[in-house]
Amino acid sequence: MGRQEMSVLSLSGIGHAYFGRTVLDRIDLDVQPGEMVALVGPSGCGKSTLIHLAAGIVEPLRGTVAMACRRHAMVFQESRLLPWATARDNIAYPLRLAGIRAGERRARAEAAARRVAFDAVDLDKYPAELSGGMRQRVAIARALVVDPDFMFFDEPFTALDAALKRRMQDLVIEAARSAHFAALFVTHDLMEAVRIAHRIVVLDSAGKGIAGQRMLPGEPGTREDSDVFAAVQAFLKRDPLFRHIHDVDERRVA
Amino acid sequence: MFEAALSRLGRMGSFLWAGWSGLAGLALLAALWQAGHEAYGAFILPSPLETLAAGAAILSDGRAWGVAMLTCIRAVEGFAVSALAGAVSGLAAGYFPATMRLARPLVTVLLGVPPIAWIVLAMIWFGSTDGTVVVTVVVAAAPLVFVGVAEGVMTRDRGLDDMARAFGAGPVQRLITLGLRHVAAHLFPALAVALGMAFKVAVMAELLANVGGIGGELARSRANLDVAAALAWVTIAVAALILVEYGVVHPVRSEFERWRTAARPWGVRR
Ligand SMILES: Nc1ncnc2c1ncn2[C@@H]1O[C@H](COP(=O)(O)OP(=O)(O)OP(=O)(O)O)[C@@H](O)[C@H]1O
Ligand SMILES: [Mg+2]
Repeated sequence: MGRQEMSVLSLSGIGHAYFGRTVLDRIDLDVQPGEMVALVGPSGCGKSTLIHLAAGIVEPLRGTVAMACRRHAMVFQESRLLPWATARDNIAYPLRLAGIRAGERRARAEAAARRVAFDAVDLDKYPAELSGGMRQRVAIARALVVDPDFMFFDEPFTALDAALKRRMQDLVIEAARSAHFAALFVTHDLMEAVRIAHRIVVLDSAGKGIAGQRMLPGEPGTREDSDVFAAVQAFLKRDPLFRHIHDVDERRVA
Repeated sequence: MFEAALSRLGRMGSFLWAGWSGLAGLALLAALWQAGHEAYGAFILPSPLETLAAGAAILSDGRAWGVAMLTCIRAVEGFAVSALAGAVSGLAAGYFPATMRLARPLVTVLLGVPPIAWIVLAMIWFGSTDGTVVVTVVVAAAPLVFVGVAEGVMTRDRGLDDMARAFGAGPVQRLITLGLRHVAAHLFPALAVALGMAFKVAVMAELLANVGGIGGELARSRANLDVAAALAWVTIAVAALILVEYGVVHPVRSEFERWRTAARPWGVRR
């Protein structure tokens, strides 16, 4: 296919096992430049494992990961900030890894903080002095600071309350549009997936391949709330692909 | 820049404040000491003032400074070797679990044998030399550093490692920016304990091996039944330890632990 040649992320025949127990098998997935793909699936089906493999944190047992992007970045569920560094130094951490001078690091960290509406007076605080939402803003700024053209998100907003979650989603939608990065966004929340993504990919409940995918009409950020709600209801009530998604909700209630 | 200087000044202030409350504690000790002196008499327990006077007399004699220096050098030498050996082997043990399995029983043995036994062995091996003192110090202090560092490495947050990897950090970068930084938080308390141990063991080894230094002077005071001089020498040893600890170990440590102070809720800050 012609499409495949221009994909920015291409997973083919990915399989992985922990201590001999297979958790992922025969996963094929392509992401186009600028495309936001939401990855959903019941708890424990291997979404985190898949995104770790794609981001190069873990080597896959089988299959290949091909990335055609300049730089990628990642936002985790827990913010994973360095507890001993200020918000500013946390945002600048990837630049430090890249060997960029301190002065430029500082300027770019401040610019990234502005992009996520992180208050400049809080830049000298340590993570322990920040609220959960502020920490997640710092984590997003840390990812944006490298000017990535591919982003990985592993349930970044699960721990936030509904209103804050919406604000963070808008922030990601806006950043994706202005910086034009592609992304793989793992989430439990179908509403979140429908709001922010171009396409929803459903992982098989046992991690044996991709169960299916649905294109979403319109551009993220331009969809009306009522449409989003209707789409989620339609998926849950009528689409067999999403039949096992509610396994997730059981876990969350528990 | 200005703010950084200001915050450093602030930390210095709180450091001095801590010193002030420490002084209050010492004053309490002196009061108890005075009470003991009044109960048992000057021969058994000279008063704190007498002791201070004896200490001043000792220190006004130029030779005494050399004696105190000798002990300090031996203790610091042993401490430096312990810190280096303990830190390196601790890192190795923390990062390579196989090393840890080998090292753990060794450490248990090393920590279990009382320093006095090592002094006897060292005296047999090295005779009455500096080597006896330094070796005893190393054997007593290195395991403390080792345990602190190994524990630090093992309690590191692997989530941060994954995060760094996702941003393209290689193993060396991860070790420098995450591993060592985390270990530092465990290293400094261990170093403070090891330093105290180094001074105590050095004095004890000097006393038994008869190789001069503060320990040697203590042995002499005992022979002369000069309790005031003995106490004065103890005070001098403690003063030297406090000088090194508050002059070097604590400032470095508080520089590394700013974020912990920040994490403490208001009102709990000291
Ligand atoms: N480091 C690991 N060692 C061993 N098993 C693991 C490890 N990480 C994950 N697993 C197992 O692999 C399976 C998939 O885990 P994974 O974290 O990828 O699921 P997930 O889809 O992200 O779940 P959730 O939605 O709850 O986050 C689970 O059964 C889990 O127990
Ligand atoms: Mg997960």
